[in-house]
Amino acid sequence: MYKHYFQLATLAAAVMLSQSILAQDTAPMPPQSAAMAASAPRDPALKPVFDQFGGKPGLVTLMNDFMDNLMADARTRPYFADSDREHIKAELVDQFCVILDGPCTYTGKDMVKVHRSLGINRAAFNALVEDLQTAMDKNNVPFRAQNKLLAKLAPMHPAVITR
Amino acid sequence: MRTNDKTRFAGLIGLALGGCMLSAVATAAGTDAGPTTSNKLLLTGGVSQLEGAAGGGLTPWAVIGGYGTRDEIGANAFYTRVNLPDYHVDTAGAMVGLYNRVELSFARQRFDTEKVGAALGLGEGFTFRQDVVGVKVRLFGDVVLDQGSWLPQVSVGAQYKKNDQDGVVRFVGAKRSQGTDYYISATKLFLGQSLLVDGTVRFTKANQIGILGFGGDLNNSYKPEFEASVAYLLSRHWAIGAEYRQKPNNLGIAREDDWYDAFVAWAPSKHVSLTVAYADLGNIVIKDRQRGLYASVQVGF
Repeated sequence: MYKHYFQLATLAAAVMLSQSILAQDTAPMPPQSAAMAASAPRDPALKPVFDQFGGKPGLVTLMNDFMDNLMADARTRPYFADSDREHIKAELVDQFCVILDGPCTYTGKDMVKVHRSLGINRAAFNALVEDLQTAMDKNNVPFRAQNKLLAKLAPMHPAVITR
Repeated sequence: MRTNDKTRFAGLIGLALGGCMLSAVATAAGTDAGPTTSNKLLLTGGVSQLEGAAGGGLTPWAVIGGYGTRDEIGANAFYTRVNLPDYHVDTAGAMVGLYNRVELSFARQRFDTEKVGAALGLGEGFTFRQDVVGVKVRLFGDVVLDQGSWLPQVSVGAQYKKNDQDGVVRFVGAKRSQGTDYYISATKLFLGQSLLVDGTVRFTKANQIGILGFGGDLNNSYKPEFEASVAYLLSRHWAIGAEYRQKPNNLGIAREDDWYDAFVAWAPSKHVSLTVAYADLGNIVIKDRQRGLYASVQVGF
């Protein structure tokens, strides 16, 4: 009996989904993500993850390795070669620090404005994620802690991926 | 179509898939400015399920197979062996993923009845062969990137199956030796929890996924069957999980049980993955408790 209930519930969910949906893929950017595009919000629940990243000094080391990876990766180098990489690293340290509820303030530019003209596609975006994962592995950040950070960064993808 | 024509048809599809793979590889090996490949994140294309679709081992997921992003083509080939106490199943196939939107797949299953074949008067080692041609289309959602909402990635698919033992499957009570399954899959990665969850509803008449034909004396209409997978990501390269696949009961002479498995998947790179599972396939024809090892290798890009 319960399995029929399960099937019904699944079907109902599928129907509800299909109704609320088709706008999702076509809308270029929902308003709420434009509002939060300056950065991802601070999450007090992630304070233990901040410690697993080695606090702010850990983030500084991580960002050095991350930028080294980005410059060594043919898929991402073009986006960073002519930029002020020291500045980008400092902004990223602040941004990650804020997301992980560390004692920092993000003063960087709006994520939409920064990325608007870069023409970043999914391949380049995923390449960046892989370079970040490699850097986090090198710095012995536990995999689960890595995913908690990535889960907060992922919703910013509409601001970054523009083609 | 006669059996020979069907075989030729299946072979052609296999060749076409192979051709797509080769030409994509050739393109990838071209200039830096040309099309790229393999930029989906590791393991996010799933592995190959028994009928050739991208998913877990038993059930399709909403993911599009291969490592192509929405600007890329991906493809892979797989071989799966399931060793049960009284039977074994070999499945080989290939799939192409087009722009993270459409997946085309082909699989050939061989179900060897071993000694049971002799007991049933079919002959020892009597083998059912079934070809499965699959198509899947992603409707909406991104399994990895949509972390800010509860929305899963949702796809619909169909699997056309043709069994080569028309006489035998009709003799056991099946109505036909070919049929088509239709399914809708919703897959969501809860990245903060390192957990992937899939729910699939399949509309099917297939007896033992089609090995015993389609429809039967007890029932000959499409029934929705529920399938589910949970996978926990241990690292970028390793995942463990469990699956469930509900099945219909159309044949009076052979009760059919729901299927379960527990698996470990390992992807050392985007070009190869290995999946090993312990599968409980329940009763199959006259033999109960068909539990055994499932092993699958996939290569591609």
